[in-house]
Amino acid sequence: MPGTFEPLPGGGAAVALDDVEISIIRSLAVQLLELIGPGPAADAPDDPLAELFADGPSEPPADPVLRRLFPDAYGDPEGTPQAKEAEEQKAYSAEFRRYTENDLRAGKRDNALAVVRALDELSSASAGEGGAVLKLSPEESQRWLGALNDLRLAIGSRLEITDEDDTDLLYRLPDEDPRKPMVMAYLWLGGLQETLVATLMP
Amino acid sequence: MGSVTSPAPLEIERTESAEEVFAVPEPDVPWVTIVHNDPVNLMSYVTYVFQSYFGYTKDKATKLMLDVHHKGRAVVSSGTREEMERDVQAMHGYGLWATLQHDRK
Repeated sequence: MPGTFEPLPGGGAAVALDDVEISIIRSLAVQLLELIGPGPAADAPDDPLAELFADGPSEPPADPVLRRLFPDAYGDPEGTPQAKEAEEQKAYSAEFRRYTENDLRAGKRDNALAVVRALDELSSASAGEGGAVLKLSPEESQRWLGALNDLRLAIGSRLEITDEDDTDLLYRLPDEDPRKPMVMAYLWLGGLQETLVATLMP
Repeated sequence: MGSVTSPAPLEIERTESAEEVFAVPEPDVPWVTIVHNDPVNLMSYVTYVFQSYFGYTKDKATKLMLDVHHKGRAVVSSGTREEMERDVQAMHGYGLWATLQHDRK
């Protein structure tokens, strides 16, 4: 069935994708990679230890998608802290960011790269056939699951989905709404993720 | 004779005090990891994350997910500050929105 992952006997998952679907997922994954950025090693390509020892940023990212992917670790989103407490939470969040954000970015980059590579292999193996069946090992399935989730978080953030009612509204968007194609992609990726998670449930 | 009767009670007393040490309930666990609701993450995915990262049973993971969904948040783990920072980092890796805080009531 199109847009639906099925479990493979012996572990892993498979989904049939046509050329358009392959190019949509690939293009979204590439956009996510560009947003996440290349990592500290790219600034010092001759230093193999740059990635290991580089400090991450201490300020939250300016882009709302990145702020959702790398949120502050301290602070109650519903709370109204005193000035002193807010100051302390900001300092703790900054410190947490410095030593975790590079790793978190690397993990998300690896997942998105795994998606791009798998799709490129699939395309070259099935050139001219209009589509193919993508087969994932259990390990690849987990990378795809993470990447599909990051893509949905990114699109959700761009579409400014902030509560459940927003999602309901999106289902009823008129066809001429400029957000419609992105909403269709968002819902379709949700179906892919939902069925992929089902194949992985312990 | 004193030398025959005294060792026994001493022995018993030592065992009791050792048991008492191990029975001391939980150590102080002043930090908690909180997962916050967001409208993008799928309920099935959140349950999957709680099961695969924390090793919780399906029932416990589902209950926590429903708490997040209905109450807006749930405490998913507790421990030292370092442990909670590790859990929060892992949750961010999965794309869940998590924070840690002192467990003050």
